[in-house]
Amino acid sequence: MNYFGELFFSGLTRGSIYALLALGYTMVYGILQLINFAHGEIYMIGAFTALIVASVLTVKGFSSIAILVLAAVVAVVYSAAYGYTVEKIAYKPLRQAPRLSPLISAIGMSIFLQNYIMLAQTSDFLPYPNLLPPIPLFNRFSNIIGPSELSIVLTSAILMILLTLFIKFTKTGKAMRATAQDKEMAMLVGVNVNRVISTTFIIGSALAAIGGILIASHTGRINFYIGFSAGIKAFTAAVLGGIGSIPGAMLGGLVLGLAESFATGYISSDYEDVFAFALLVLILIFKPSGLLGRANNQKV
Amino acid sequence: MKITAELKKSFYIALWFILLTFPIMVIRVNTIEQIVIWRWVNLLYVGIGSFVLSFLWQLFLKKKSRSVQTIGTKPSPLRRLLYEPKFNRPALVVIAIFTIIFPFIFSHYQVNIMTTALIYVMLGLGLNIEVGLAGLLDLGYVAFYAVGAYSYALLNYHFGLGFWTLLPVGAILAAFFGILIGLPVLRLRGDYLAIVTLGFAEIIRLILENWNTFSFGPSGISNIPRPGLFGIKLNSEQSAIYMYYLLVIFCLLAIFVVHRLKNSRIGRAWNALREDELACQAAGIDKTRTKLTAFALGATWAGMAGVLFAAKTTFINPASFTFLESAMILSIVVLGGMGSIIGVVIAALAIILLPEYLRVFSDYRMILFGAVLITMMIFRPQGIIADMRKKYESHKTSGSKIKGIDQNG
Amino acid sequence: MDNVLEVKNLTLNFGGLQALDNVSLEINKGEIAALIGPNGAGKTTLFNCLTGIHKPAAGDIILHPPQGKSRRLNNFKINQITTLGIARTFQNIRLFGGMTVLENVMIGRHCRTGAGIAGAILRDKSTRHEENLIVNESYCILEKIGLNIYVNDLAKNLPYGAQRRLEIARALATDPFLLLLDEPAAGMNPQETKELEDLIYSLRDDHNLSILLIEHDMKLVMNLAQNIFVLDYGEEIARGTPQEICRNPAVIKAYLGVEASAEYN
Repeated sequence: MNYFGELFFSGLTRGSIYALLALGYTMVYGILQLINFAHGEIYMIGAFTALIVASVLTVKGFSSIAILVLAAVVAVVYSAAYGYTVEKIAYKPLRQAPRLSPLISAIGMSIFLQNYIMLAQTSDFLPYPNLLPPIPLFNRFSNIIGPSELSIVLTSAILMILLTLFIKFTKTGKAMRATAQDKEMAMLVGVNVNRVISTTFIIGSALAAIGGILIASHTGRINFYIGFSAGIKAFTAAVLGGIGSIPGAMLGGLVLGLAESFATGYISSDYEDVFAFALLVLILIFKPSGLLGRANNQKV
Repeated sequence: MKITAELKKSFYIALWFILLTFPIMVIRVNTIEQIVIWRWVNLLYVGIGSFVLSFLWQLFLKKKSRSVQTIGTKPSPLRRLLYEPKFNRPALVVIAIFTIIFPFIFSHYQVNIMTTALIYVMLGLGLNIEVGLAGLLDLGYVAFYAVGAYSYALLNYHFGLGFWTLLPVGAILAAFFGILIGLPVLRLRGDYLAIVTLGFAEIIRLILENWNTFSFGPSGISNIPRPGLFGIKLNSEQSAIYMYYLLVIFCLLAIFVVHRLKNSRIGRAWNALREDELACQAAGIDKTRTKLTAFALGATWAGMAGVLFAAKTTFINPASFTFLESAMILSIVVLGGMGSIIGVVIAALAIILLPEYLRVFSDYRMILFGAVLITMMIFRPQGIIADMRKKYESHKTSGSKIKGIDQNG
Repeated sequence: MDNVLEVKNLTLNFGGLQALDNVSLEINKGEIAALIGPNGAGKTTLFNCLTGIHKPAAGDIILHPPQGKSRRLNNFKINQITTLGIARTFQNIRLFGGMTVLENVMIGRHCRTGAGIAGAILRDKSTRHEENLIVNESYCILEKIGLNIYVNDLAKNLPYGAQRRLEIARALATDPFLLLLDEPAAGMNPQETKELEDLIYSLRDDHNLSILLIEHDMKLVMNLAQNIFVLDYGEEIARGTPQEICRNPAVIKAYLGVEASAEYN
């Protein structure tokens, strides 16, 4: 039972990170029908930026809570700025292009950003300090869920609730939903589609940055390549839940995290990534509309 | 007047990039020894670089939007060089002579590099069938390359079979994998197809990495024999030259076959499928079958290239078959021009040889590929040498009888 | 039996929307029939069912080829239906824009020819012969349709009216006996429409075609069609000769109630 509990909470932890990242994929796909291949790199850049800020502040002798807050704020702002810039450079000029063009451009951007970090920083793994504050726990649970795991799950849950409220109730959120439904119609009724797209990238990137900080603090190491597999897994989560659907991305993230955790725990840990990729392949082949997505008809 | 507006815009963009890249470019941290290094000079590079680039960017974007109206009145000098017999005949002769005498005027090391480049020519031509001709974005092309390489290495290791036996075996196995993967995924939409092929390729690589009893894991397989030449023993330099000529022959074969396929009934069906799937089916073309053919034929070349690669390097491991390899081959096709044979050949040679000979490039190789993919999509999606449609001419004298004439390479 | 196509009680739903509700129609051999109705009445949807793009929920589509036995088309793939002898054009022109005009037509010959991979690579005598035949036949079709001046132009560079005609040429190249035209005159000027009318007549007479067309240009419909079917909200509300349709109160109501009477001009 303890082992099961351990796997369950570790799955929940991974799942919340996947969900945070998957939100970025799903929002962009909902609006642009584009797989934002560079999204994983934004998450990696967020984690790197937080690491840089934290290291500088540590040397200057700041307190740990100040370090956490400053590092997180700077990382979120920078990731959002990167997300915004990526869209302007690599996707915006290709709005009218054939469907595969922006995807190829996105792959190019992903490779570019990875190597940018590698050249500007390092190609080695760097140890990552645990920036998360310890949350006191009852003894009963402390052997199956660690403090950082709990803060990951809690932070993600809060962010997801905030995002849902934002999309549901704010004017920008409504504009986003309208644009996802029908871009031309939204434009006709006066929605500034370009601004909505930028906002989507900014929100998605900010969430990714927080995901990056959480996971890097949890695993304790980072390099320029962590965005690639995390990105594909998060995309898997988005597809699993039904791409374009925000609750779907959250559900997909959790399901994928749990599935991965139990599969590695009970079957084999060598094939950790294979499970996720296999799941991706199977869903896309058998149920491309995902758990909560709607099947859309091609217009003829 | 207008130029100052553009300069001003470039200035602001440069400022934006200085801010954007500040933490990453200026501060370098070493978390092990808690050292922070400040590299202020990088800000200058970023500033100047982004200023110049953004200026050029705006210039090209403007040029692009203007050139839409005034397209194709006169062929460019490059196009004339390539397609007019007066120019391309002598050029071909020069290239042929150069290709033949290459191993005798350059060093062993350079012959090896050229052989590698030729492997990429094959890979580029193969992927060109899938992406360029049929419009199937395959991000896992490297999987077929791995199948070829591993089928040579493993079947040779276990059964002692030779290169010439295993070359067709590798090709057929790769084609078989192409069909196996293609059957379920080819009904997917373009972008999903891309991701699924990527997923498949990663699964294959991870299996090769982890299934030690089958594939010898990350340490790979060494001592793979080089191909024999009628039982003559060759020293390493001779066999490098032999490999070079083999690759030249296979590249010529690939060029020939892809050219023939492209201008055939099947090639036309691929093109039509790329243009509009539904209209293509409504015109009576079996979508699944046509896509599968493209997938299998593309995979065949990767399989052969894999066998040749294993024979050339005599050592393979899963690290040679990562996603970045797929991305590199894709860059070759995108840079060369989707569907364009000569473009892909030139792009493959350029992408492999430039970093070797211009050392500056080698560190920046991957970042440049990334940049190439983005800029080509935005400014020149047709590639450096755009694919040309075959032209047909009508012979008015004999009624409405017309004949096809070849104009493209 | 003189029908080439028989549609019985065809029904199709999109989610909650009843796109087609118990639609029946017959096309006689050598006849030009028209399918009319307000926008969104389900005309193109019916075409899509006939050509295998949508699978109907209920009902039968039965094809009676001039030679060979009758077939129920409900579960056939799009390309199989084309091979059986139904060809169509699209309302929102769907040409292969990056290919030449001749190649667009050559694609239509695909299902009537058979050269494979080996033939393509070796280019043996029979493949060369077949290839020449494809080129010649396609060229003849272009001559007939009046597009032979554009042979080597890219399809996307053609003027609008010519693109519509090229769609017909491509459909014709598949050797159909039933041709479905989805708004062939849309966007054409009166001169072009007149030429189109002559073309459609000559197609029927020279190629022994039966033709079903969707069209909003009532003058064209009245001139061409021997038989008219009227759809509204997925239901067939009337059928008959042009004279009968003109006087049918249900038709007048459907048109005047939904759209401006400008449709009649």
